[in-house]
Amino acid sequence: MSTLDTAAPGAHEEHHGPATGIGRWLFTTNHKDIGTLYLWFSLLMFLIGGVMALLIRSELFQPGLQLVEPGFFNQLTTMHGLIMVFGAVMPAFVGLANWMVPLMIGAPDMALPRMNNWSFWILPFAFAILVSTLFMDGGAPNFGWTFYAPLSTTYAPPSVTYFIFAIHIMGASSIMGAINIIATILNLRAPGMTMMKLPLFVWTWLITAFLLIAVMPVLAGVVTMMLMDIHFGTSFFNAAGGGDPVLFQHVFWFFGHPEVYIMILPAFGIVSQIIPTFSRKKLFGYASMVYATASIAILSFLVWAHHMFTVGLPLVGELFFMFATMLIAVPTGVKVFNWVATMYRGSLTFETPMLFAIAFVVLFTIGGFSGLMLAIAPVDFQYHDTYFVVAHFHYVLVPGAIFSIMAGVYYWLPKWTGHALNESMGKFHFWCSFIGVNITFFPMHFLGLAGMPRRIPDYALQFADFNMVATVGAFIFGFSQLLFVWNVIHCIRSRETVSAQVWEGAHGLEWEVPSPAPYHTHTTPPRVE
Amino acid sequence: MGTIRTIIFGLSLALSSHSAHAEWALNLSPGVTEVSRSVYDLHMTIFWICVAIGVVVFGVMFWSIFHHRKSRGAEAHHFHEHTLVEVAWTIVPLGILIAMAVPATATLVKMYDSSEADLDVQITGYQWKWRYTYLDQDLDFFSNLTTPQEQIGNQQAKGEHYLLEVDRHLVLPTDTKIRLLLTANDVIHSWWVPALAVKKDAVPGFINEAWTRIDEPGIYRGQCAELCGKDHGFMPIVVEAVPPEQFQQWLAEVKAEKLAEAAAAEKSWTLDELMTQGEQVYLRACAACHQPTGTGVPPAFPALKGSPIALGDVGTHIDIVLNGRPATAMQAFRDQLSASELAAVITYERNAWGNSTGEAVSPSQIAEMLAGNADTVGEGAQ
Ligand code: HEC
Ligand SMILES: [Cu+2]
Ligand SMILES: [Cu+2]
Repeated sequence: MSTLDTAAPGAHEEHHGPATGIGRWLFTTNHKDIGTLYLWFSLLMFLIGGVMALLIRSELFQPGLQLVEPGFFNQLTTMHGLIMVFGAVMPAFVGLANWMVPLMIGAPDMALPRMNNWSFWILPFAFAILVSTLFMDGGAPNFGWTFYAPLSTTYAPPSVTYFIFAIHIMGASSIMGAINIIATILNLRAPGMTMMKLPLFVWTWLITAFLLIAVMPVLAGVVTMMLMDIHFGTSFFNAAGGGDPVLFQHVFWFFGHPEVYIMILPAFGIVSQIIPTFSRKKLFGYASMVYATASIAILSFLVWAHHMFTVGLPLVGELFFMFATMLIAVPTGVKVFNWVATMYRGSLTFETPMLFAIAFVVLFTIGGFSGLMLAIAPVDFQYHDTYFVVAHFHYVLVPGAIFSIMAGVYYWLPKWTGHALNESMGKFHFWCSFIGVNITFFPMHFLGLAGMPRRIPDYALQFADFNMVATVGAFIFGFSQLLFVWNVIHCIRSRETVSAQVWEGAHGLEWEVPSPAPYHTHTTPPRVE
Repeated sequence: MGTIRTIIFGLSLALSSHSAHAEWALNLSPGVTEVSRSVYDLHMTIFWICVAIGVVVFGVMFWSIFHHRKSRGAEAHHFHEHTLVEVAWTIVPLGILIAMAVPATATLVKMYDSSEADLDVQITGYQWKWRYTYLDQDLDFFSNLTTPQEQIGNQQAKGEHYLLEVDRHLVLPTDTKIRLLLTANDVIHSWWVPALAVKKDAVPGFINEAWTRIDEPGIYRGQCAELCGKDHGFMPIVVEAVPPEQFQQWLAEVKAEKLAEAAAAEKSWTLDELMTQGEQVYLRACAACHQPTGTGVPPAFPALKGSPIALGDVGTHIDIVLNGRPATAMQAFRDQLSASELAAVITYERNAWGNSTGEAVSPSQIAEMLAGNADTVGEGAQ
């Protein structure tokens, strides 16, 4: 950066603003623009994936087949999962990182701005390919977002090849994004911003980025092996040719479990920013938060086979993965205790971001409890592949990851736009979402325990009542997200301006730049005491 | 508001209308084996541990939410770390986890000890049915869903065991250690009966082991738990546990039936008889993929109506039905259907939906082929 400044002395006093027209968005290398692109993209994917979820829930409203064929039902569950994981949650976190990491560490932009542009712009192509499979002969991928072989190889519809290509592109995008974030955090911190002064959102993203670099190539590897099996006559996963279908699951979950943390560590970071602000008190146990995040990340590489307890692992393997998984509860517990201790004896107010953050802590913890139950291998035999698991991961992903994203958006939106939120509409959105999400997912615990397998389009009569309740909840939750869209647009167009600090208890470099944050910020690095 | 009222009304109506079967079941059932009861105990223990932790953590949190709110004049304190507390809340959970791991390990070890079984049953998952082979008993059959298509399509009221009923139960003796050997023919399936606390994946090319010892006679229902394609939701499991003497009696009966079936292949069948029987077999064994109308779901499942194979050389047609096509959803039916059923269904395919070859395939012809090329199973496999 310094070379740029010295090359044109004085020329950069007055920084130019954004280019005009569509070119601004296509060719932008500005971290704020790219962050915005990621966030809008993620919102669009969230709505598409959400419509699929509502179709699924509508089919499950009553026993019997009403709306969709079983084959199409499987395409819906598969696409819903893929779109939400790779299209909604991950890009939203990358968008937040783009916006906030440079602001928080006092950097003028991301370290690799052109690659940043690429990381985003290949994503729409990946998802265009993925969604287009719905219209192909034989239909979209129908083997679940976990795409177990040989259902996803020998028995897959022809569109699986496009699916593999789409996954490759998404992986490339994630890896580039991760490299960029690491390079930015390690190299572009303002003077005095030592590692142990980094805001927790930056810390959690740094660790997440390392996880991404470690596991996205594994995902790329496993889909390439599928491609070889399908088109080039290899038999990695085909038992008839000497391969092993279970190998697929080991490789997939070696990616898949860290992926779970990729979707939750940045959420921990966001919540660790918000709770201190609205408690008007420093985060309790900063150092232990950092160490807990790092331990979770390391442990996440050692637990993958807890997704495979019924696959026929030897006893010793089963025990190892059970113990390692239970161990993750310790650092996760530390985090929850720290958040509660931060609130304890604070001076609390409950603006929209805080409401979402508190709901995150409570509901994520409930998801954590069911996770602990799932870790107990002999009992997991009863839970595995039932609605209990569906309830578990939706608790950690919807009121977990998604609530944290919404909390973050509500928290930072005034900084981005310079305008105030409509608090009452924000609270209204919160309460509708909170009630909807619990009506949807809590009954799924009961369904799973009563014996309902996941991924079925029709079910026995004893499951009818709770399915109906869950569907009603899903519609409440789904439609309340229109309030979110309304709130965001309203905030952008509002005329009510806000101060640089925005929230009374907010501290950090991002709250020292004006609101809205100018197109170029921290062009001369701030000093951190 | 109007729509909300409609939803609530519809909801209460719907709830009352099928409350006849519904039971709002909330929890695992303790099951009918020693293992299933210890699994249930573990489940309840870990559940109450979570509840206790939840009460403490959420208790402190809500206490802060009520008492430390700014609107009540709360001033923020300035502490932000406390080594003793932080060490305590790392060590105490660790202790709880270790206490939990001990009984869990004991139960798991018990579940893995499938030695000294008195009866071995091999369970093979097929798209979308189960095959049960009683090893050492020369007994082998398939178990298919019997819920009529009309119930699934909502043209008919749903029966009590909707989607959980099959044509042939897996009959097992009580008070006997039974070893289950699981494998699959095509994709991965998972055999799950909650009352036995047995869920094990059936993986093609591999054999998994599980075991059970059922204490109480009764009928226990379960389902396939691993996504295995289109009709994954339609391949239930029904276990019928009977006292050992009754089990022996049942064995004798089914073996006698098998002999009678073989005799049926000897008798000569008219085209009409074959067509009537063939239609039944077709609807039960083939229609899931090739559709009742014979039009299939191309490209996944080809149409048989007007298919060159159904209209062409009868040998090729017989071969594909007997031996299947390797690495496709088209499985070998030689072991799934009897000679007369095979003859009937092939005849049916060659004469239904406007396929009018007028040819009848006789059961004895099939029986000969089955005996003749017994060792060329899967002819054409790589
Ligand atoms: C699980 C799905 C499934 C079931 C059940 C099934 N089939 Fe098939 N069948 C297929 C598939 C897939 C093919 C195409 C195989 C290939 O790619 O060559 C096929 C092909 C055929 C063909 C050759 C058609 C052609 O034009 O190539 C015949 C004949 C046939 N099946 C008969 C039967 C009969 C008889 C039954 C019942 C006893 C049956 N099938 C049950 C999936 C199924
Ligand atoms: Cu995991
Ligand atoms: Cu299945």
